[in-house]
Amino acid sequence: MKRLGNALLAAGFGLLAGLPAKAETLIAALSTHQIAITSNYTGDQLTVFGLVEREGRTAARADPYDIVVTVRGPPRMLIVREKERVGPLWINRQQRRFPERPVFLTVSTNRPISEILSDEAARRERVGLANAQRTAATNAFEFGIGPYRDALIRIMEDKGLYAENERGVTFLSPTLFSAPINVPATAPTGSYEIEIVLYAGGAALARQTTNFEVVKTGMEQSLASAAHERPLLYGLATAALALLFGWLATTIFRRD
Amino acid sequence: MQIYLPIAELPISILLVLGLSGAVGFISGLFGVGGGFLLTPLLIFLDIPPAVAVATVAAQVAGSSMTGVLTYWRRNALDLKLGSVLVGGGIVGTVLGVLFFNSMRRLGQLELVITLAYVTLFTCIGGLMLFDAVRAALRDRKGKPARLRRRAGMHPAWMGLPWRMRFYRSQLYASVIPIAGLAIVIGFIGAVLGVGGGFILVPALLYFFRVPPAVVVGTSLFQILVTMTGATVLHAVTNQSVDIVLAILLLIGGVIGAQFGGRAARNLNVGSFRLLLALLILSVGLRFAIELFLPPAEPFSVVMPESAR
Repeated sequence: MKRLGNALLAAGFGLLAGLPAKAETLIAALSTHQIAITSNYTGDQLTVFGLVEREGRTAARADPYDIVVTVRGPPRMLIVREKERVGPLWINRQQRRFPERPVFLTVSTNRPISEILSDEAARRERVGLANAQRTAATNAFEFGIGPYRDALIRIMEDKGLYAENERGVTFLSPTLFSAPINVPATAPTGSYEIEIVLYAGGAALARQTTNFEVVKTGMEQSLASAAHERPLLYGLATAALALLFGWLATTIFRRD
Repeated sequence: MQIYLPIAELPISILLVLGLSGAVGFISGLFGVGGGFLLTPLLIFLDIPPAVAVATVAAQVAGSSMTGVLTYWRRNALDLKLGSVLVGGGIVGTVLGVLFFNSMRRLGQLELVITLAYVTLFTCIGGLMLFDAVRAALRDRKGKPARLRRRAGMHPAWMGLPWRMRFYRSQLYASVIPIAGLAIVIGFIGAVLGVGGGFILVPALLYFFRVPPAVVVGTSLFQILVTMTGATVLHAVTNQSVDIVLAILLLIGGVIGAQFGGRAARNLNVGSFRLLLALLILSVGLRFAIELFLPPAEPFSVVMPESAR
């Protein structure tokens, strides 16, 4: 009896707050879950497909659906340094450490983020490059690092590792959407997490996460693992190869 | 055509790398310098991580100096005895250099030390050599005899220190102390800057010890061959940053370039040889000076600690 009472109470609160009681769910699929690095690898593209599934009884919403797809690469420590003038020289003086920041980050939406939700909500829910590169545990207002964080995002965008695409999600039908994700060749190996969030009228209705990985295969894989697991052998082999090439060149080009 | 580098973890154009390493190999064969001081900054400019660039260039330098050593060995233009003394001192210098390198890294000023060292070394050495080469050229024009030729019984004071040794090939009878001292300094600089040090060794042997130019290049290449082969293995063992695919590309371009460089060196007179080397070294120094003295377009930079790799 008591349990039933609690359930009724919870349902009552839900109605009072006007919360959508899980009316929508997101179904997502990736075109591939693994990007294989081969010797002619120059980056790759994959596509996120998604479907908004509505429960039959819910009435149609007044606001259109919005989708935010955030892809986060493996986290690393990133250090941002700033050059300052010291006498006649320009040298690195200040630096800030950004622990556990994604080395790869893309945010794709179907329209500009500012039209989907408020700045306040974007900060809270980590939507957009500036908010998404923060770790979940980091305070939204990191003190005194503004210029460094802006520089981090700017430089990573220049390198093609960070991207914000406000036309990156396309609705194929009112409930079916797709979002292409470009993975540049410089993106590191490791596990990438994709977070898909459905918004309507500025409120998050449903979210779904999935992931893919970037791995070295074939010769790339064997060489990289040899370098790490048998460093002495690898080093000796490289040195021997170098000397062999040097010797070969003199015999091939020898004329006298 | 692009190829993916497994350790540097990025694709690179095969033709671009072959062209670059071929050009650097030509210069290396021409002047008897390893070419690392040109190739390493170029690779870093192509977005290859500095640690990978330094380590992989070591392998390339080892290969192209092997070619050079064999060529000069066949022409009997190599002083093995002088080379061995240089290698011995170089090993001591390298160990000291690695210790200094690590302590500067702990202090967080490694990048500044490297840039300042490049600027001062290259502009000083290049400037001095340029001054000397121009002076010699002017003297030649006036018809006076060049001062480079040694006269009997005339030698700088440092050659007269104890433990004198006779180096027949180099026409040198000098104390081991300044030679080993020079080798230690070069080993030290090489370890800190990630270069072979040929660009210091060649002028030092030419100017301070008056070793004949024909022998200088072969002997310098021998010293570079031994230290860079060791450096390749050390880099592979200590930080796993040698990229074998990049090394092969650099080797192919480098050894071919070095062949043509070595041939061109035979048709080059001493005066223009010194002038060209001076200009080359000076221009690299000025390139680094610009970075240090001009306000940067982007004052910020993002680095990933190498250990996270």
